[in-house]
Amino acid sequence: MKEEIGILEGRQSQVFEKKSGGTEQQDISCEKTSLSGSVSQRACVFCGSRVVLYPVADALHLVHGPIGCAAYTWDIRGAVSSGPELHRLSFSTDLREMDVIYGGEKKLYHSLIELIEKYEPKAAFIYSTCIIGLIGDDIDAVCKKVSKETGIPVLPVHSEGFKGTKKDGYKAACTSLMKLVGTGSTEGISPYSINILGEFNLAGEAWIIREYYEEMGIEVVSTMTGDGRVDAVRRAHGATLNVVQCSGSMTTLAKEMEEKYGIPYMRVSYFGIEDMSKSLYDVAKHFDDRPDIMEAAKKIVSREVAKLYPELQKFKKVLAGKKAAIYVGGAFKTFSLIKALRSIGMSVVLAGSQTGNKDDYERLREMCDEGTIIVDDSNPVELSKFVLEKEADLLIGGVKERPIAYKLGIGFCDHNHERKIPLAGFIGMYNFAKEVYQSVMSPVWQFAPRKGGKI
Amino acid sequence: MKHAKTATQNACRLCNPLGACLAFRGIENCVPFLHGSQGCATYIRRYLISHYKEPIDIASSNFNEETAVFGGSHNLQLGLKNVTQQYKPEVIGLATTCLSETIGDDVPMILREYKKAFRNGSPMPVMIHASTPSYQGSHIDGFHAAVRAAVATLAVEGVEKQHTVNIFANMISPADIRYLKEILDAFGLPYMLLPDYSKTLDGGPWGEYHRIPPGGTPSSAIAAAGSASASIEFGATLEASKSAAGHLEAAFGVTRHHMGLPIGIKASDRFFALLEELSGQPVPEKYEDERRRLVDAYADGHKYIFEKRAIVYGEEDLVVAMTAFLREIGITPVLCASGGKSGLMRKKIAELIPDLDEEEIKIRDGVDFVDIEDEAKVLKPDLLIGNSKGYTMSRKNNIPLLRIGFPIHDRFGGQRLHHLGYRGTQELFDRIVNMVIEERQNASSIGYTYM
Repeated sequence: MKEEIGILEGRQSQVFEKKSGGTEQQDISCEKTSLSGSVSQRACVFCGSRVVLYPVADALHLVHGPIGCAAYTWDIRGAVSSGPELHRLSFSTDLREMDVIYGGEKKLYHSLIELIEKYEPKAAFIYSTCIIGLIGDDIDAVCKKVSKETGIPVLPVHSEGFKGTKKDGYKAACTSLMKLVGTGSTEGISPYSINILGEFNLAGEAWIIREYYEEMGIEVVSTMTGDGRVDAVRRAHGATLNVVQCSGSMTTLAKEMEEKYGIPYMRVSYFGIEDMSKSLYDVAKHFDDRPDIMEAAKKIVSREVAKLYPELQKFKKVLAGKKAAIYVGGAFKTFSLIKALRSIGMSVVLAGSQTGNKDDYERLREMCDEGTIIVDDSNPVELSKFVLEKEADLLIGGVKERPIAYKLGIGFCDHNHERKIPLAGFIGMYNFAKEVYQSVMSPVWQFAPRKGGKI
Repeated sequence: MKHAKTATQNACRLCNPLGACLAFRGIENCVPFLHGSQGCATYIRRYLISHYKEPIDIASSNFNEETAVFGGSHNLQLGLKNVTQQYKPEVIGLATTCLSETIGDDVPMILREYKKAFRNGSPMPVMIHASTPSYQGSHIDGFHAAVRAAVATLAVEGVEKQHTVNIFANMISPADIRYLKEILDAFGLPYMLLPDYSKTLDGGPWGEYHRIPPGGTPSSAIAAAGSASASIEFGATLEASKSAAGHLEAAFGVTRHHMGLPIGIKASDRFFALLEELSGQPVPEKYEDERRRLVDAYADGHKYIFEKRAIVYGEEDLVVAMTAFLREIGITPVLCASGGKSGLMRKKIAELIPDLDEEEIKIRDGVDFVDIEDEAKVLKPDLLIGNSKGYTMSRKNNIPLLRIGFPIHDRFGGQRLHHLGYRGTQELFDRIVNMVIEERQNASSIGYTYM
């Protein structure tokens, strides 16, 4: 017996289907904490901070709290480094019952002193977890003291899990980064220079992007935080433009840098041909006193597109008419994915994100076809309902979404932090199309009950 | 240079609530529910999914600042209501976290309030509550706490003792669970195995969406556990006061047969002998055959592995059992290490291996992977045996790693690995021998095609 799956009462305003006309449609509600008991795909404040700062490879990342938070984030992402790899280790003060009763400041202090001596990091980030917000450890004071004794920046990250949503964690991370920015020398930095914010160098994506900009004659002062280095962050205020890729996580920092250092910022995306090209052109336009930069950008785009286009046609031929569902962390990525999927002939039947805002969802509504479901902070039950109802052939998401797709006999593309294949840049578009092709067109689905296989 | 060590570096254990969620996944029609921050549920889901490759929905009461100040009652009740509506579970497996434990939420009282407020004629799921603060113990403690809580909540004293056994098999793979069930069936012994996530965490494809994956121990079977004639419980360091079988013995007089995980011939023999005793049936020929093949394999493979040196790590019970197995095939476990710290590991290993000290077998509990790696640099073992989190040190120090237990995040099919009984031992033995052979073959300049 097939039963109807409903949407929980407290969540109905976070889901809507794009219908024809569309003038009288309700506003989507978003940017609120997840409904209790709804099995949100989101994590917590700590997670938000941890993902933003994680790729800073020469910093010590110490999680202050019981062991879980550090254990579950040990070497969790595909953020690669060209040098030091301190970020791939997991450090925890591992608070036990007695520490919870008597306070964890001493343990934090000794941990820091010992770890800094052993690993010689360029800076240390101290993440407070839920319990720190309760027992009231003064981590700011400990950080200050240790910084004074060791001579390196020791930065508290106020990321108590329950104090908001993942977005508040992004903010806390940006606050810590902002303390580093402006503490290094800007000598010798070109006036034609940028920082790339919200690019985490998953599978080396930051390197691909950096190469394009450098080929255009632009100096990349820092990438934040992909393949991140403390010294690069410290001198980031010497750049003349900030380009923000994962805007949900890093716009705060861009705004603060604009306010404090007068550095303008622009939102970019490196996914798909259209947005990737635009990201190069927009930067070139910013430096309009140097027409050679635009020339170089055009050269890169035409060279890369000429290589890529015929390859994509092969995928498009077989993928045309297939339907995709997208559920990712940030809404900005969904815009690019919709365009990228269209360029290989696929339509989008579901577009959702964990942390989108009103503007994001409004823009999604404009972009999407009729009948597309748009959803904020969804959960496995809803996602399953939608992919089945809309007969999706592909789900794009992260680790937690993957088994939903596979159980139901649907192809899957991992577009989250754990991916090992670069999906950004022109080459990334090729990889993306190839991955989609490999999953959607696999002969294994013939055995899936949805496609007529035996249960 | 020797460094002082306060912080835990690359932990060799996980937190208490993870184990509880895993155990709850082995109860039929049960949704695990964490009373704490959203992140706990999400991180644990992600961690479990990466091993089992199955949907694992864990609900959360999703604490916010008000909850932390004024208590979690409101959020918990709303969450229970929503989960009930969305999943229609028979059972909700509720585990606490460091957050709810520290603010001192009285969960039993909240549950009583909830039941009062929402009693409206429609059947309400059974609530099983396990106390699992992350600042105590490790994931294995949460696992046992959840199993014990399930039994304490559901089991009742029957009118008369039935010819059934309860089997509490510890944190083992879905494949191991299936094998145990097959053995019990072959003995014709009616049983209640808890938790049974053999299907929920390693199941088939779905034609339509299932809110809760099919499979698991039915709550009615758990209810009958009080009238079973005996319980079998695996786990050398698992004490009766913390275990499900311990509860059943104390509350209903169900005899607790406690033994280590049956890995290796000797330990498996003890398990099969117990089944003979409880069932009154001889060991089925099929398993005698498995044993014969295993003894034969030991003979065929013994020279490849004799006096190889291994470091074995993981949950204490797994380490104790693996250590005894390694000794019986001639491998020296130069270090037996665990992130857990029951205080019993050394004693339990010493019971199985009396010549521990002469053999220079080191035993360390409460360690992390940096400790183990420091030991590995000195001990220079031939093999590492444990979960996939040892890969970092394996790669760095060029020591091959045999992946067993949980988690296995960097190989395929961890949920289908066998460890227990003659069949599991056979699989482990074959894999160990092959690992040694492969090393030798790769290292040889000749490239022998017969090994």
